[in-house]
Amino acid sequence: MELFRDINIDWLSKKWFFLGFSLIFSVAGVLSMLFWHHVPVGIDFKGGTQVRVAFDQQPNEDALRRVMDQAGVHDASFQRLGGGNDNEELITLPQSSDSHADTGRAQVLSALQANYHDSGYRIQDAYTVGPTAGKQLTRQAGWAVLWSLLGMLAYLWFRFELIYGVAAVIAVFHDTLITIGFFSLTNQEITLTVIAAILTLVGYSMNDTIVVFDRVRENLQLMRRATLSEIVNKSINQTLSRTVIASGLTFLTVLALYLFGGEVLHGFSFALVIGILIGTYSSIAVAAPMLVAYQDYRARKGKSTQLTAGRKATA
Amino acid sequence: MQKTINTRIAAIIAILVIFLYGIFGIPHGGLKKTLTDRIHLGLDLRGGTHLVLQVKTAEAVASTSDTDMQRLQAAVAKAATAARVTKPDPAQPVLVISGVPVAGRDAVRTALDGNDFSNYDVSNTNDGFRLGMKLAAVKDLRERTLDTSIETIRSRVDSLGVAEPVIQKYGLGEDQILVELPGVSNTDQVHNVIQSTARLEIHEVLGGPYNTEQDAQLAPQDDSILVQGGNRPGENSFYSLKRIAIVQGPDFRDARPGQDQGGRPSVNFNLTTAAGDRFYDYTSTNIGKSMAIVLDNRVKEVASINGAIRDQGEIAGGFDKQAAGDLSLMLRTGSLPASLVYLEEHSVGPSLGAASIRQGVVASVVGMLAVMAFMLIYYRGAGINADLALFLNLVILLGFMGFTGQTLTLPGIAGVILTIGMGVDSNVLIFERIREELHMGKPASAAVTNGFSHAWITLLDTHVTTIVSAIILFFVGTGPVRGFAVTLTFGLLANLFTAVFVSRVIFDSVLQRKTRGEALSI
Repeated sequence: MELFRDINIDWLSKKWFFLGFSLIFSVAGVLSMLFWHHVPVGIDFKGGTQVRVAFDQQPNEDALRRVMDQAGVHDASFQRLGGGNDNEELITLPQSSDSHADTGRAQVLSALQANYHDSGYRIQDAYTVGPTAGKQLTRQAGWAVLWSLLGMLAYLWFRFELIYGVAAVIAVFHDTLITIGFFSLTNQEITLTVIAAILTLVGYSMNDTIVVFDRVRENLQLMRRATLSEIVNKSINQTLSRTVIASGLTFLTVLALYLFGGEVLHGFSFALVIGILIGTYSSIAVAAPMLVAYQDYRARKGKSTQLTAGRKATA
Repeated sequence: MQKTINTRIAAIIAILVIFLYGIFGIPHGGLKKTLTDRIHLGLDLRGGTHLVLQVKTAEAVASTSDTDMQRLQAAVAKAATAARVTKPDPAQPVLVISGVPVAGRDAVRTALDGNDFSNYDVSNTNDGFRLGMKLAAVKDLRERTLDTSIETIRSRVDSLGVAEPVIQKYGLGEDQILVELPGVSNTDQVHNVIQSTARLEIHEVLGGPYNTEQDAQLAPQDDSILVQGGNRPGENSFYSLKRIAIVQGPDFRDARPGQDQGGRPSVNFNLTTAAGDRFYDYTSTNIGKSMAIVLDNRVKEVASINGAIRDQGEIAGGFDKQAAGDLSLMLRTGSLPASLVYLEEHSVGPSLGAASIRQGVVASVVGMLAVMAFMLIYYRGAGINADLALFLNLVILLGFMGFTGQTLTLPGIAGVILTIGMGVDSNVLIFERIREELHMGKPASAAVTNGFSHAWITLLDTHVTTIVSAIILFFVGTGPVRGFAVTLTFGLLANLFTAVFVSRVIFDSVLQRKTRGEALSI
């Protein structure tokens, strides 16, 4: 069986469509981050308390709210968790100071003990993060993303040329921005596991991009008379079947994770479901055209066009 | 040719066996036990409590400088009687000697330059000296405080009977401790036992009890502190106590729960020999005065001194039997040198963890079967090849986790699933390249050779790039992030091995059985 054979699509001629598509999603995401939902981070970053309770009987949210109010917990928010038997409730409190970080949690637990003792419940998960821990983690995640991007840039510079590294890093940045934008648009929380997913997708998108670049490098040697646009187009087409099949299969496993992995991994798998689609798109639609755009830019400025050995020979 | 292929197949089988051993070990007591013995489950999967604590090391620095102040007073008194020693800010390790007569200046200076105060930088002031604790000494003291806190928490946790606890420095911030208690999801008792500093001190009472803070402040005295008393919530009383304790934390040698004469639960304690001598000197010269027993900055009990006491005492009142037992335990295991603040606390119940495992396993199996089925349909004969490589990849990754004692967490399971997805990518890359070569009309064996050699360069670049970022993650990250980075790196290395080496060997052995010109199933 073979899905793609002798494909001949002129990808670069569609670069304005790509640009428009990318811009719509990035701008929508950025606008949402700035003016709408902002960046909805989980309590591991912003601090606060989350208690996940499984009740034996379906809880009445209004009654629960009243019970918490009486116990002195006034700013709690309640969320019914889907899946399972629908009897699980997530109680979230905003952050307090470090020295009182666990007060809210203790209040919630004792209120539950006092009021639901007879009907039966289990504490599934109780999570409290003070502001200091949240700030530390935010800083750590920021550095991790930044350094890994720089590390990849350095490696690509060493193996290819600087412009390849820059193009790949911009493509990956584009993916990260759009993925975080999706979280903002759909108002889903970004937790530490989501950051792990984003780092994974950075690696994945980079993979896709390198496969195309590798072919570009190879074809630069073989097609000495072709223009860079022709080479890039051909390289994308040659690797297209691999790109589609590999991404499709990874997408399949991530989809399995999204469907069967349970509530706790929803954020993680959602990030990857979005990320793999965007990551595959960006290696064809962002990274590769950028090589050509850079070349054109250099040509306009009258500098040597360093990427095509071929053009120098014909000139 | 046949011989080299056989050697390679033998090597692959050996690796398979080694890593299977890594996963299962020597089988014993059922599959589940065998598995969980080798592969450690993280707290999010098996249930348990995770804590990040901040140690207020500045407190230990302040209290050390209090002790130094006492020594300084004694030393200065010998050299120049008129001089006074003060500590302008109780929280800062800075001591000031004032009122030194010009004639006594040299004598004081000589006393300061001795070994006793080598931890301080000495500078001159108008009528005396200023001593500030050296930065290196402060740093050293803070480190020791952190280490002692870790040791203390460990012995307290051990006495609670928690299996396989983790208690270590936490790399994200200064003076922080990570505590992981598998299987403990009801944290109330752990909370009390760990957090209580159990700083027990006995102070001289200068005045009190007063009803309000204002009343107490009306009678201020030098070097006094205001401490709240009252054992029940809402019950308030205030005492003015001498700031420097008569005996404190490290002076207590043993403690056990008991009952006082009225039958109330009490804690009986012993002092060390040296502290006992000091206590004897103090109590014998201060008969009739009061002393306060202060626990964690709260007056627990006030007793009047009826006679000289050497090294035994009793604290009663204000606690029930459980509290008396907990307090004895804490006094025995040593008091914490400084108080603790909870920065993060996460407890996961056992049923949530079990559900996560079940869901994670279902997702992995479904994902893997889907991928394998697709490979078989799309690449036919070569699909078997890819599926074998994929399977071996998984075995090596899990075996590696078994060997190195890596903890498998929920993000870790997700990482394993991703490895399956990305692992198949290498196979696809190679197979597509081989197909291209075949389309160009090359014979099967040449197509395989060329396909592998071209794809190898790409694979190297993609894998190294991801490994570079994983290594950076390892150095920047802590805890679960590090685990994720290690798993990812090893998964990628295993993938290079299976996709390039194992898959090639299978191709070669298939090609060998074919007659010349026969088509390759791909």
